[in-house]
Amino acid sequence: MTVTELTPTAAYKVTGPRVLRSEWAKFWSLRSSWITLGVAVVLLIVFGAIASATYSPGATAQGGPPGADSGDQDAVSLALLGVTFASLAVGVLGVLLSAGEYTTGMIRSTLTAVPRRLPVLWSKAAVIGPVILVLTTLGALAAFQLGTLGLDGEKIALSLGDDGVLRSLAGAGLYLALVAVAGVALGVLLRSSAGAIAVLVGVLLILPGLASLLPDSLYDTINPYFPSNAGSAMYALHQSSDALSPGAGLAVFAGWVALILAGAAWRLTKSDA
Amino acid sequence: MIEVRELTKRYGDKTVVDHLSFTVKPGEVTGFLGPNGAGKSTTMRMIVGLDSPTKGSVTVGGTSYAKHTAPLHEIGTLLEAKSVHPGRSAFNHLMALAYTHGIPRSRVDEVIELAGLTSVAGKRVGAFSLGMGQRLGIAAALLGDPAIVMLDEPVNGLDPEGVLWVRNLLRSLADEGRAVMLSSHLMSETALIADHLVIIGRGRLLADTTVDDFTREASGGGVKVATAESGRLRSLLAGPDVTITSSSAEELLVLGRDARQIGRIAAEHGVALYELTPQSASLEAAFMDLTRDVVEYQSHPVETGRKAA
Repeated sequence: MTVTELTPTAAYKVTGPRVLRSEWAKFWSLRSSWITLGVAVVLLIVFGAIASATYSPGATAQGGPPGADSGDQDAVSLALLGVTFASLAVGVLGVLLSAGEYTTGMIRSTLTAVPRRLPVLWSKAAVIGPVILVLTTLGALAAFQLGTLGLDGEKIALSLGDDGVLRSLAGAGLYLALVAVAGVALGVLLRSSAGAIAVLVGVLLILPGLASLLPDSLYDTINPYFPSNAGSAMYALHQSSDALSPGAGLAVFAGWVALILAGAAWRLTKSDA
Repeated sequence: MIEVRELTKRYGDKTVVDHLSFTVKPGEVTGFLGPNGAGKSTTMRMIVGLDSPTKGSVTVGGTSYAKHTAPLHEIGTLLEAKSVHPGRSAFNHLMALAYTHGIPRSRVDEVIELAGLTSVAGKRVGAFSLGMGQRLGIAAALLGDPAIVMLDEPVNGLDPEGVLWVRNLLRSLADEGRAVMLSSHLMSETALIADHLVIIGRGRLLADTTVDDFTREASGGGVKVATAESGRLRSLLAGPDVTITSSSAEELLVLGRDARQIGRIAAEHGVALYELTPQSASLEAAFMDLTRDVVEYQSHPVETGRKAA
């Protein structure tokens, strides 16, 4: 055809790194990304700092948020009190990144540019995962450092150099990064922001509570494997008797995320956009 | 070149596109027409792989859309205008698409200018009017310098100046050797832009023709002639395929001879004419006749069955 002569711009080609570059640009060019990201980091720092500042030995956390009432508190668990709230924020951010394309119609533009589709999903995960990992690990460090000011002189005070502290703080960042990726996958799987956010909240916050209705023996066996419990094992300083080790927690939680990602990949390639 | 072969799409037991075949050729503007709900948008979505066909096939430039290494360079598409995140600026939207193909920033600036969006390129798309949204969609379609341009209802929401801009733009794209396909439910508008017409109704092909042929067939309304010597002219014009009726003493309606023939015969025989007007049925009316048949056939299958029996 003569058309090819008219258009000597044969350098145009879709490649993996280019799709990643596109998703990176998309992420940062929305105001909602900046706001949700800011909210997540602020929640993480502020809750940790406040929990440490108001800590008084002997008083157990009263009416505290889920995950905080584990009885024996340490400097790390106080500093990471905001993780539960931050996890909702980063999960919502993940959902907005993917389901937001379906609710606005942007997905039609995205998939006509990248008709193989799967690179879009991987790129979204590859953009949000590292961004959240870095920012929330820094946030956790900041929360811990602010917390040590509040805990100055208390028996439970720890420093960054103490055993397992850095591992726990980085574990929190890794957990939040995986939650964000799960949000992206849920958004692609369900194609609705409201639906995906509802499922995310249900799985992270409500499911463990509902499961306590199960018979005790069954509950004790499966409880550590729930996403939120496996996740909190990733960033706990001291492994409690009924929880997984940090490594096992990571493996189980990553397994859950991989499962949702697989579902998302299946829906993305198999059904009409 | 777009080749659609026996394309069929069913949702449950509802057939939206029904064994549709047609070709969109380079260097031509192909108008894709049908009433609302005829299956135009679904067909276009299948062309770019957003929906997969239940049966049949569609190829773009020889292979299926998803197999191209640079799909935006192959075919530029405007589907519904709202294929954009409203929170992103026009520039950032185009840039995000450009990154996927390695299209340089200079090309993004180029299509923004071409679409007349320079002054609003930094604004959030959510604040755009329908017409500006259409211009952005057309800019996105042209971004990859595509061999084929496919636009779904491109003049929707455009002001007269915008409509004229689209008309000239599509003409020049076709003249450059690109294949251009545009859908519409307005016959009169499409006839001004298109060379070729593909008309569908209820997902089925109703006509695959050229604008010239369609116009010629549509203008079978006869010629109105006014003269003082209507009796004499009537006998002069008479012929095997000619029917002449009259509504008043000085007026004739002639079917089977065109205005040029009638004028020449009248002049040869010295008959003075006061009026000589081709009575063309409007394109819109011809289009409605064509599509109404399908709808009626679909709506009353039992009744027609009885008549036949």
